[in-house]
Amino acid sequence: MAQAQPLRTGPQPDTGEMYLLPGETYTSISRKIGDVPLVSPLQTSRGWLLGFTIAFILLMVYFVSIAWLFIKGVGIWGINVPVAWGMDIINFVWWIGIGHAGTLISAILLLLNQGWRNSINRFAEAMTLFAVACAGLYPILHLGRPWLFYWLIPYPNTHGMWPNFRSALAWDVFAISTYASVSLVFWLVGLLPDFATLRDRATNIWAKRAYGIAALGWRGSARHWHRYEMASLLLAGLSTPLVVSVHSIISLDFAISQVPGWQVTIFPPYFVAGAVFAGFAMVILLMAPVRVWYGFQNYITMRHFDVMAKVMLATGMVVVYGYFMEVWAALYSGSRYEEYLLFNRLNGPSAWAYYGLLFCNAVAIQPLWFRRVRQSIPALIIISLIVSVGMWLERYVIIVISLEREFLPSSWDLYIPTVWDWSLYIGSFGLFFTLLFLFIRFLPMINIFEMRMFQFQENERLHRRERAGHGDTGRDIVTGKSEPGAAGAD
Amino acid sequence: MQRRAATDIYGLMAEFRTPEDLIAATHKVKQAGYSRLDAYTPFPIEEVIEEVAPGDTGVPRLVLLAGLIGAASGFIIQYIGNLVDYPLNIGGRPLDIANWPAMIPITFEAMILFAAFTAAISMVVLNGLPMPYHPVFNAPRFDRASQDGFFLCIEARDPLFDRAQTAQFLRSLGPVQVSEVGN
Repeated sequence: MAQAQPLRTGPQPDTGEMYLLPGETYTSISRKIGDVPLVSPLQTSRGWLLGFTIAFILLMVYFVSIAWLFIKGVGIWGINVPVAWGMDIINFVWWIGIGHAGTLISAILLLLNQGWRNSINRFAEAMTLFAVACAGLYPILHLGRPWLFYWLIPYPNTHGMWPNFRSALAWDVFAISTYASVSLVFWLVGLLPDFATLRDRATNIWAKRAYGIAALGWRGSARHWHRYEMASLLLAGLSTPLVVSVHSIISLDFAISQVPGWQVTIFPPYFVAGAVFAGFAMVILLMAPVRVWYGFQNYITMRHFDVMAKVMLATGMVVVYGYFMEVWAALYSGSRYEEYLLFNRLNGPSAWAYYGLLFCNAVAIQPLWFRRVRQSIPALIIISLIVSVGMWLERYVIIVISLEREFLPSSWDLYIPTVWDWSLYIGSFGLFFTLLFLFIRFLPMINIFEMRMFQFQENERLHRRERAGHGDTGRDIVTGKSEPGAAGAD
Repeated sequence: MQRRAATDIYGLMAEFRTPEDLIAATHKVKQAGYSRLDAYTPFPIEEVIEEVAPGDTGVPRLVLLAGLIGAASGFIIQYIGNLVDYPLNIGGRPLDIANWPAMIPITFEAMILFAAFTAAISMVVLNGLPMPYHPVFNAPRFDRASQDGFFLCIEARDPLFDRAQTAQFLRSLGPVQVSEVGN
């Protein structure tokens, strides 16, 4: 379609049919991806420096917000007695949800043998790690005395006490710490062979040493690859139920309470779908500029955006189903509190948030049914931005609207975020983007060895097809379609 | 180098241009009866792995074991903590084994944690990594093995290994080059 495609990386136009544009070899893949982190520090691009500087300034905003929080306590936020969970928990759930798309791409799509994930999984996993870092700090910061957070961990102590393991908040500790560390391990395992590539490509002695140490002496032996693939598959198999369990447990923070609007059995699947929904929106938002900046249009093609948009649409519709179920549960419950909650969402003081979320998450994604929209980068960016806002509003609706009008009208109160609520939120983008900029500067942002493997598999597929007598040209070697010569091959 | 006895070298390394060439060569080398060989490739190639590295089940066995240990320890620590050592009535939840459903989330997370770390660590350790030095790094152009070169090494400890004949045999398989790898 008409998307702006700088063609300097390949003579073929991207027709949205292929996952890997033709004209690539093992050598070109290793060179193009591997040499991005190997650029000499003095030749770092200005764009990167500018982006990193902005992110770093935001990171300082984050540190100032945290320092002031430690000095004054949580009273600097807008939380009050009925609304004791404000933007701290909204942002916590929002960030961790964003992270889940990375695990979905790296683990579930690996188990489903979806080769196209190879060009986006490293980046998406990095996004997972950094989003979890942002998320994980919020529950600690919202403790009245954050420096005592280690009381949540069962360790031998002189108090003779144990954490209450039967509380969803203790489950959170285990779920998030497991998720963060397993994601890190999975990511590092994926990086190991790529460190070896960087070691062998580096010309600077210090870069060679640094990547050489990280590569642990990887030499690509077939025996090693055998165990490596086994470990990768096992990690994927373990991460898949893990990611589902993590957001389910986070939804249980709400669902095992008795607050109207929280005590809903649809919560675990609806939270997981919402997480993947928001996460794919973020992957699209980050991928669209990065692939242009670094000339990776051959590896991250319009076909990728097309399938990511489809996943976003599918999970978005699951979320919409969740909204219907919430309404249905409220009407069917026969509980006046649940019924009032529905009334309050539609007519209460924060009704704007509920209508906003319905627009962002239910209406705005409908254009994705059309291929034209899925193939248009500007349209996808706009929709992804709307979805990101919508998923933030969803957590706002769940947390704030439910708490503002709880059981006792005498204790009703409104929640108004303060400047410190906002600065901590904006600052968390500083943490996220600082880490992300460092990642794209020093590590290969596309999994190099998996791209080579993808190239090999696509070549093999072409040969098989030729032998079977289809006699197709090399034009669509790398379409993901089983039908040869689909639209776009002239 | 030329004067060394056969056992002084690590093996003979052949470099191939494409993975298809390597797959064909590995097959022929196996058919010729060689057993101590290894391939060095920039990405895993199933056909080569099947020839060179027959099923090693160390990693999955250890992962299963670690998962079971993780689940057991996750459950036991909760059982001891909340039901034996410091029983506390919270929301009327039972203070005996009937409370097990509330302990499932942490049991599950502990299982995944132990199993995932074991998967990664056992892969590294069973592969003998970290190993900063290995003789194959001496092979010419071996830096391509992590980029676009496909290498096959017949090791000197192979009973059929003969410096001259094995080299000749490797040359007949259509490699880019064959070289001796010093220890």
